[in-house]
Amino acid sequence: MNSLNRVVVTGLGAITPLGHTVPLYWEKLKQSASGLGPITAPGHEELTQKIAGEVKDYDPLKYFEDRELSTLDRFSQFAMIAAREAVAQSGLVFDRPLSLRTATILGTGVGGQNTLDDAFRRLYLEKKQRLFPLSIPRMMANAPASQVSMQHGLRGPAFVVVSACASATHAMGLAFQMVRSGAVDCAVTGGTEACVSFGTLRGWEAMRVMAPDMCRPFSKDRKGLILGEGAAVFVFESLDRARARGAQIFGEIVGFGMTADAADLTAPDIDGMSRAMIGALDDGGLKPQDIQYVNAHGTGTAVNDETETKALHQVFGEHAKKLAVSSTKSMIGHALGAAGALEMVATLMAIREDIAPPTIGYLGPDPACDLDYVPNTARPMKIDAAISNSFAFGGLNAVLAAKKFV
Amino acid sequence: MSDVTNDVIAIIAKKKRVDKPNVELTDRLEDLGLESLDAVEMIFDLEEKFDIEISYNANTNNPRSEFETVGDVVKMIQKLVDKKS
Repeated sequence: MNSLNRVVVTGLGAITPLGHTVPLYWEKLKQSASGLGPITAPGHEELTQKIAGEVKDYDPLKYFEDRELSTLDRFSQFAMIAAREAVAQSGLVFDRPLSLRTATILGTGVGGQNTLDDAFRRLYLEKKQRLFPLSIPRMMANAPASQVSMQHGLRGPAFVVVSACASATHAMGLAFQMVRSGAVDCAVTGGTEACVSFGTLRGWEAMRVMAPDMCRPFSKDRKGLILGEGAAVFVFESLDRARARGAQIFGEIVGFGMTADAADLTAPDIDGMSRAMIGALDDGGLKPQDIQYVNAHGTGTAVNDETETKALHQVFGEHAKKLAVSSTKSMIGHALGAAGALEMVATLMAIREDIAPPTIGYLGPDPACDLDYVPNTARPMKIDAAISNSFAFGGLNAVLAAKKFV
Repeated sequence: MSDVTNDVIAIIAKKKRVDKPNVELTDRLEDLGLESLDAVEMIFDLEEKFDIEISYNANTNNPRSEFETVGDVVKMIQKLVDKKS
């Protein structure tokens, strides 16, 4: 068996509620900007929930030909836009040999929710007898992986991973393992979600877990989560390959941990969270005290933030108090299957620039959440290594560990 | 007992997690073993049954303190039903 490859990130792309590229998004994160605002999706007038993190000023025709759009749900569009940015930045040219050795692995929570919503509206409300011919290939959950692979001619393993709010982190973890093992040379990986649609919002309203106004992770008086949308995509590459071609390296992925709670469908579990974090640290050869920054799952619900805090105490012991822990969801909302990827952008940029992005909307400490959450203002600090947490409904947990590339 | 009382008791009886043959107005929701998702489902069933809207956020509302007993739930529902008519 070959020795394991080191895995580096040579390209990043994102489309988010705070900007349509990685530089715009990261700049806004550092400025403590909020990407949350009034929902504009069709039917919003009837919703109880008024606020979400939508991708704003988005004109699909800026990115796609009109005729292409008949095959592209919004979640596929986002994935393709983010993938273009990541691939362009990597400088990779996918000739036939490389294309055969490149994986396309994306995460998404549900699938083409806008297409599904439109189809149901047509069928049940408007009583139309037929659907658009490409409804099925638009809404299938694997559509973004297919579209990205076609866009760039990537002919290696390609599929979508579905694990609710941990989808993107599971996808990137698999991509990491495949590049590390030598199964592929490169991977285009991340997550995408376009979940701010009438039907999906109604579903979340029914769970009674959304905040009416702001997402305030780990804060006193937090009232729940806010949905967000967008995509982030990365190019993972073996270090040898990246070096050989003189590629710019943005960071190193070093460890991946995943666990199942096998307990409750929706309630988070300290043990499942802790084991995933420990798994990522062990896999990356890291000790708890090697970590300076944690990009938390931090949904802003009463129970997640308290449970995640306890799990951090369990994993990091005394060192927990020294960690900078922040929730990107405070600024862009919870983009479900894309969340882990959008948060990995924040994690990698934090490591690259030695700046911990903040948790905004923070009103003050909750006794159950007693760590340093980088409240309201970004903080310059040395960050050599970090983890990014994703904990899904269904008790499925995934954690990635990343390091500064030296 | 009024219809509202009977209906509320029937809905709560479906969600209880303890082995107790009859649900009574004096029973505490906590003693019936109602967990957080059970409460969300109970609220939905009550809204559907009575065609009312109950303002409820699982992060900030605690059914066990706001509605300590089955009787408390009945009172709340009766109020909302009266307001509607």
